[in-house]
Amino acid sequence: MPQNEKNGSCETPVAGEVIRRGAAAAWPICLGYLPIGLAFGVLARQNGLEWWAVGLMSVMVFAGSAQFIAVAMLASGAAAPAIIAATFFVNLRHTLMSSALAVHLSGISRRFLALFAYGVTDESFAVNMSRFRGGNWSPWHALAVNHLSNAAWICASIAGALAGQFVPEGAFGIDYALTGMFICLLVIQVYGMIHVITALVAALISIAWYIALPGASYIVGASIAAATVGYLLKRIWERGA
Amino acid sequence: MSLADLLILFGGMGLVTYLPRALPLVYLAHRQLPKWFVEWLGLIPVAILSALVAPILFADPVGRTLELGKPELIVAVPTLLFAVKTRSLGGTVLVGMGLYWLADMVM
Repeated sequence: MPQNEKNGSCETPVAGEVIRRGAAAAWPICLGYLPIGLAFGVLARQNGLEWWAVGLMSVMVFAGSAQFIAVAMLASGAAAPAIIAATFFVNLRHTLMSSALAVHLSGISRRFLALFAYGVTDESFAVNMSRFRGGNWSPWHALAVNHLSNAAWICASIAGALAGQFVPEGAFGIDYALTGMFICLLVIQVYGMIHVITALVAALISIAWYIALPGASYIVGASIAAATVGYLLKRIWERGA
Repeated sequence: MSLADLLILFGGMGLVTYLPRALPLVYLAHRQLPKWFVEWLGLIPVAILSALVAPILFADPVGRTLELGKPELIVAVPTLLFAVKTRSLGGTVLVGMGLYWLADMVM
């Protein structure tokens, strides 16, 4: 499997080209973040956060689902340690994503990685992984995707806090933006039968786990279990062939 | 909440979000990873995305029960076909939103 042929080094990038291609890859993410950010802003505002606090939270945390949970917990009177603990568990899945991205970012300066890590989300991760696989994608392009998505999220959440009440609920199917995004992101990660099987195993385990246990452990749990099943199956096939 | 309270809360949330994103990158990007681990990591994207989306399509989020025939699932079928056919992220988001909007009006 070619891993590092085309992206081994951080050669001097041409800023315009990086931003142009980064934006071409990132616009669907930004489009998806718009309704979700607006919805988050509205909800946060209704629960007593000022618009600037909404923006501050989006800048300092940048984690969609955890921010929704935090607002809901604030509304129910939860204390900061409980909210921080919930955030940690909801975002633990990013450990797996960063590990998978590390394969494509090997040997790159730690300062770059520290800046890059801030923008690792479900969506930017999936887009960058498929681009790295396709080749002709540098760490700088990936960084542009991360930070353009981040900017869209911050702007959308502030806009939601300021003017979100004017957007009618459920308009234009905006509640489906994230689901549609996940479906396509899943499709573009599939490169062979082993990926199809791993995805099906992950779906089955995740549904069963989601029904059986409260909280968000089903994401990390099902991912690790399914990747392990997929890996073992692959090994057995390779040995049999 | 006072500004200090907000800063403590957001700072704490930011830290526990940032560290899981940063530590594996900073640690693993400067090491020779064993082949089995790289192969295992190669299956993580499909596994995570499938684990994220499956309960949205097949389960009720309030009662946490299995639910077949949700509008989310029905809309997912043509959305998935469109994604397989075009592999266009923006197009799929728009098609999914349009169909869900339609389903919302019809159902």
